[in-house]
Amino acid sequence: MKMTSRFLAFAFLLTLFPTDLFAGDSPVIDTGTTAWMLTSTALVLLMVPGLAMFYGGLVRTKNVLGTMMHSFAAMGIMTVLWIVCGYSMAFGKNVFGGWFGWSSDYFLLSGIDEKIMDAGIPEYVFSMFQAKFAIITPALIAGAFAERVSFKGYCFFIALWGVLVYNPLCHWVWASDGFLFNLGPKGAIDFAGGTVVHISAGVSGLVAALYLGARKSFPHLPMRPNNLVMTMIGAGLLWVGWFGFNAGSSISSGLSTGQALTATQAAAAAGALAWVIIEGIHQGKATAIGFVSGVLAGLVAITPAAGVVQPGGALILGALATVICYLAIMLKNKLGYDDTLDAFGIHGVGGIIGAIFLTFFIRESWMADAASIAGGSWTVLQQLGIQVLAVAIAIAYSAVGTLAILFVLNKFMKIRSSAESEMRGLDNSYHGERGYGMINPN
Amino acid sequence: MKLIIAIIRENQLDQVRESLIEAGISRITVNHVSGHGRATSEEIYRGQKVVPNLVPNIRLEIAVNDEFVTVTCNAIIQATKANDGGLVGSGKIFVMPLEEVIRLRTGERGSAAI
Repeated sequence: MKMTSRFLAFAFLLTLFPTDLFAGDSPVIDTGTTAWMLTSTALVLLMVPGLAMFYGGLVRTKNVLGTMMHSFAAMGIMTVLWIVCGYSMAFGKNVFGGWFGWSSDYFLLSGIDEKIMDAGIPEYVFSMFQAKFAIITPALIAGAFAERVSFKGYCFFIALWGVLVYNPLCHWVWASDGFLFNLGPKGAIDFAGGTVVHISAGVSGLVAALYLGARKSFPHLPMRPNNLVMTMIGAGLLWVGWFGFNAGSSISSGLSTGQALTATQAAAAAGALAWVIIEGIHQGKATAIGFVSGVLAGLVAITPAAGVVQPGGALILGALATVICYLAIMLKNKLGYDDTLDAFGIHGVGGIIGAIFLTFFIRESWMADAASIAGGSWTVLQQLGIQVLAVAIAIAYSAVGTLAILFVLNKFMKIRSSAESEMRGLDNSYHGERGYGMINPN
Repeated sequence: MKLIIAIIRENQLDQVRESLIEAGISRITVNHVSGHGRATSEEIYRGQKVVPNLVPNIRLEIAVNDEFVTVTCNAIIQATKANDGGLVGSGKIFVMPLEEVIRLRTGERGSAAI
């Protein structure tokens, strides 16, 4: 009785001041969402040192620091660029017919100092969250041409690539006026960056690896990973960080966050198991690096799909991505091109599989929503068409963009390291240091 | 029988290996060693130039029958000449007599065991 009267009194008060509590048209901070987005931002940043360790462990001893520096350099370069122009290019208003965006108040993030977004988070948090994606994408590319790129050439390459390839792609897919965002009734589905991050990085990596050529002595001398323990730790950090990557991409802290998180875990596990099983049958051994490759294949595939598939679909998607990635890497070995750390084999192929095959596992409520927006019906095949189109655009744009950047940049500086520096190792040639004491020759 | 010990630059291991394999010499032992010859090298830590008094090098050990000594040495010499830049510190080759070789698995001795 007491409770009821209290409740009634509260309800009465509410009706007295229905809008005064939330006066004005500016949204208020949702502390729960903000807290989760801050956490996600930190988690995605954690993936970059994770990637540094993952890649760093896979190369030869003489290149360990140089390879880790590729990831760390991306943290420096891409963050500065993001604040200066990246955020504006990615999330500003359409300019040049929608090629990229630009809003002058996003320059140096000066216009968002006190801005709170509709999602209830400060725009600073959203901007920094997105910055982490701009950091990790070029860092992923580095895996394709590891062990043979000059540090200076790499730095200029990722700076240009971030501005000319990543920012426009990000704008098309995620900005509210991007043309892929508005394709079909509910847009091309790319929840957390299947096309923007993984396909673009994978394809660009492949183009760069082909353009720069294979490492010296590839493939007739074996090139063994210097530290698989570090690779395992790095892969673990990537898996943990991916919860920020995917579940954070809901830009909320609620149902859709939980859905994305569950799908992420399911796909990673299914991918890892599938890899170990295939490898066990094919090679007779279940390797550690195989397990973590499977984890990555599953995670990459679920990245575009985490918002729309249920756990069952996520399991299938993760396992399917692993099967195709495994075949892709076998094919790579047959063809003989030198995608050193399989940036294309895992990220490119896994991203394409995820972005296309997610169509068959979309939850019904999403399809029903799309149908009602489309005015009656929306079929799986129609959405498939949109997904394929988005994937094709991402592949074409990043391939052409990367080739153009490499071609022009190579006129000004040698992107590929000299034969001498390559033999001496990136660590000594470009950084003047060595990664370990004196453990391993080679 | 001779034991050939070669001290070479770290960065030249790959090309020396390739050259040796081309010459038909594939049985070698490789060590990471540190030492001091006439060369000095420079490394950089936190902006400080450091000149280590012992520099890392690679040491190869190759046991060969007498008729292979010249082939092996030439292979190493040719490989280290490429991309060397003419700086001090290319390394050295030591050739020394080898008294006995025993293959552990079969107990073979002498030239046949190499």
